[in-house]
Formats: sequence, C-alpha cells, structure tokens
Amino acid sequence: MKALVIAEHDNKTLNPATRSLVTAALQLADTVDVLVMGADCNPVAQSAAKTNGVAKVLLADNPACKHQLAEALTPAVLQVATGYSAILAASSTTGKNLLPRVAALLDVAQLSEVVRIEDKDTFTRPIYAGNALARVRSADPVKVITIRASSFEEAAVDGNAVIEPIAVSAVQQMSRFVSENLNNSARPQLEAAKTVVSGGRGLGSAENFALVENLADRLGAAIGASRAAVDAGYVGNELQVGQTGKIVAPDLYIAVGISGAIQHLAGMKESRIIVAINKDPEAPIFQVADYGLVGDLFEILPELEKLLA
Amino acid sequence: MKILVPIKRTLDAYIKVRVHIDNSGVDLSNAKMAMNPFCEIALEEAVRLKEKGVASEVIAVSIGGDKVGDQLRTALALGADRSIHIKADDDLESLNIAKLLKSVVEREAPGLVILGKQAIDSDNNQVGQMLAALCGYPQATFASRVEMKDNLVEVTREVDSGEQVLELTLPAIITADLRLNEPRYAKLPDIMKAKKKPVDTLTPDELGVTLRSHLTIESVSEPAPRKPGIRVHSASELVEKLRNEAKVLP
Repeated sequence: MKALVIAEHDNKTLNPATRSLVTAALQLADTVDVLVMGADCNPVAQSAAKTNGVAKVLLADNPACKHQLAEALTPAVLQVATGYSAILAASSTTGKNLLPRVAALLDVAQLSEVVRIEDKDTFTRPIYAGNALARVRSADPVKVITIRASSFEEAAVDGNAVIEPIAVSAVQQMSRFVSENLNNSARPQLEAAKTVVSGGRGLGSAENFALVENLADRLGAAIGASRAAVDAGYVGNELQVGQTGKIVAPDLYIAVGISGAIQHLAGMKESRIIVAINKDPEAPIFQVADYGLVGDLFEILPELEKLLA
Repeated sequence: MKILVPIKRTLDAYIKVRVHIDNSGVDLSNAKMAMNPFCEIALEEAVRLKEKGVASEVIAVSIGGDKVGDQLRTALALGADRSIHIKADDDLESLNIAKLLKSVVEREAPGLVILGKQAIDSDNNQVGQMLAALCGYPQATFASRVEMKDNLVEVTREVDSGEQVLELTLPAIITADLRLNEPRYAKLPDIMKAKKKPVDTLTPDELGVTLRSHLTIESVSEPAPRKPGIRVHSASELVEKLRNEAKVLP
C-alpha cells in the first residue's frame, strides 16, 4: 500500500501541517511519498525530504503551479496518482479547493476534515460544526482525504528521502491569478501556533485589538478572532477561528471578550487548555474553559501583560 | 446569461444538534429545517447579478424528497425565476449530487453556477469543486466578492493566508463564503408571487445519472465533553494556575 501526501507550502517554506499529513498517511500505508507542486519550490522539497517516514519526494516545479490553482494542480495529481491507495491533503483552503476536483475525476468519494483513522477503510470526521462525529466507511479503491492537521502529531524531522523531479502538464487557460493580499505578520501562523490569543466583539474596536496583540506578543502567540470581531472589521478574515474559519488546537487558547457561539467553539474546543476572559459570567465560552476569569478585559489584559513581563 | 444556484435543505442553523441515542445519526424528526445558510448567500449573489442586468435568469435547483420543495419556494420568493426539483433521497453523497448537477448544467447551459461553499450538516465542502471537475470548468471557492467583466468573472477568495483574486473564463463555478453578501428576507408579496413560479421535477433516470454509493456512515456520536473547568478571580491567580497547574507558561 502506498499513500501520496500533497505538500502544503508557499513555494518557500513547507507548512508543518504536511508533517501531520505524513503521520496520518503512515496509518494507511507502508510507503508514503510527498508531492510538492509549485514554482521555484526546491527548498520546500528539501524540507519535505527531511520528514521522517517519507520514502520519496516528487517535485513538480512548474510556473503554472505557482499559485496552487486547482485547475493547474489537478492534472498534475492525476498524472502521478496511479498506484496510490490514498491521496491526502491538509484541510486548508488549498486542500479543500483541490481534492474534491481530484476525487471527482477519479470517480471516488472524498472524505473531508478527517480527525481519526480507524482502519484503512474507516475514518472519523466532524459533522454539524463538530457537534457530532461521523464514523464513515469508504468502499473506494483510492481514498481521497483532507486531514485536520491539528488532530495528528507532526512527524519528526530526521528523515532523508530522495527527491525526484517530475515533469507535469499544468498549463491551463481557464483561471488566472490576478493578485493577492496576504497577512504578512511576523507572529506564528495561527494553525501551527502553540499559543493563541483570540479577541471578540468585547474588544469594541479595531484600535482596542492592540490589547490582544500586546498579550500575544508577550506570549509569542498567534492572534485569532471570533466571527463577530471579523465582521465588525477589527481584523482580517484570515484570523477568524471557527467552523467557517480556522480550526486550531494549541496548547493554550486564550479567548478574550468572546461569548462563545457554537460556530466559534467548533474552531477551538480541541485546544489543550482554554482560558476565557469575559465580563458576562453567563457567556457560553465559560462552559468549555479550563480557567474562566469574569471581569473587565480592559483592566485584566494590561495586568496580564505586566505579570508576564 | 443564466445562473444556476443549487440549494440544500438542512437543519436550521439555530437549532441544537441532537444525536440519536443509538448513534444511528442526528435526530431530524420534527426539527426545523431551512435553506443552508451558504446556499442563501449564493442565491442572493445570483439575484443581485440579475438586478444589475448581468444575468437574465436565476434557476434554483434542489435534490431530495418532497420536502425540498419548501426551500425551492423560498428560493423563488427570494428572487429565483424558476426552479428544478430533482427527486431523490435526501442524503446523497457529494459525487452523486455533482453528477446530477452536471446533467442539469448540460441542459440549461448557465454562464455561472453559484453554490454555497459547504452545507452546515455534512460540512463536506465538495460539491462545487466536483461539479467544476466533471464539467471541465474553472472554479473559485470561498468567494467574498464577485465581479463580471465581459466574458470573464473576477472573484476574490478568502484563503488561509489572506485574500486571493482570480479571473475565470465562463462558464465557471463559484462557491460562496460568509462575507460575500448579506441575504435579504423574503417579502410577503414575493412569497405570494413565488407560488405561481414554475417548479419542474426531474428524476436521476431522466437526467441519465446512475447513483452509486461510495460511503457508509457506520455511526454518529457526540464528541466527548470537556471536563469542567474552574473560575479564577484575578489575573495573578490565572497566571499562577497556568504556570504551576496547567504548565503551559514558563
């Protein structure tokens, strides 16, 4: 049995989610190869090759793959897919965009956001925003799966796989990249961070969000936000934690001024330790918090900052 | 240009999810059902494109038992011109849905298909991408802005790292994210008018699609509850607990 992991990256750096995918793939197959598709992305392949448990890194370095457009990547995946009994990608916006397209052309089902592999045919995945877990058996000869990276440990980084360049035909005229507006923060990436500080509507304004940023910087943490805070324009959508945003599971999640709508809880309730700071003692966030502190965040946050200095 | 908007009937987003005690599934008996919120956003975008004069006709399509007729009526009240009801089981797999929709696309030849990015029950996030693959069309998932430009559509997508803008040739598939628009409410006169708008029915056979099962749901369970936490009374007590009890701070 062989599994193919599709590397998550930005042409420069391998996203650590890829190492979690390798861990998941090793539960399905003895041999795990990684496919890196991108442009001038050799450093990514080098990094992928160091992942423990990887047999081979296939490197499809092609300008047409630069922006990870599904129309360009799909034929490349199909070109190498033969012989693999499982194809895995992260349940990132890139993975979710790509894999259903691949699955449809292989005429198989796709399993989304798998959090546990029960056996080579059976998978557990959240449904209804994580309010229920479905155990699903697939009858397909090839499993096409997006994996929730935070549910699997990252594979160690002491491997030495071979890198095999491959030529792929990725040129297409259907879709064209125009521009992007990226969040170039120096803080850790939200999904990979060990500590996350998230702010909600309780902050009251975009300016006040600086309180969250200051605490996050004190802790070396990533910043997150509730949907209400994003909708109110306090921060960009890429920081939204929740069912329709990012799913995170850090060691420490600090929710500040977040009431705890089901939508938000779906994105963070797998965190190891949850801290809630809110002035409303009845806020639902306290039901999932390991440590709840009722009070005025405008007093508590500066105090925390001082205590952590 | 026609716009096709596939619609799913799901549990109302504000209803608490109850899992059957025998773990056979989620209890939907007597539960309030509604149009999937992301489908509402997709429909709103299509209706706005028609109001701008870009689209000539908005066609809503839904797949399922008799009850999906309720959501098609809602779609008609919200501005769809006509609707198609494909009679089938309520819980078809994404690939089967995509195959049925492809057949509708071949009949109707829409310039755009706008779908919700995912249904809030199965949370799959697959149908739009699968439909694009089967039709050989370009796709723009997680759309937060849609703008028509001659024979192209420019779409802003919400991606993990921020925003990405793509240009697609037509016909194209777009899936709607939360911030694409805020859907309107149906007005009473429109609800009355909707009763006179056409609803065609079709079957998978008539569409030439053979449904095939790939997946079996073995069980549905509730996630393990978190163990109850404690209240702390000051910032200093919190820091002390995080350092010495939880050991998540140095």
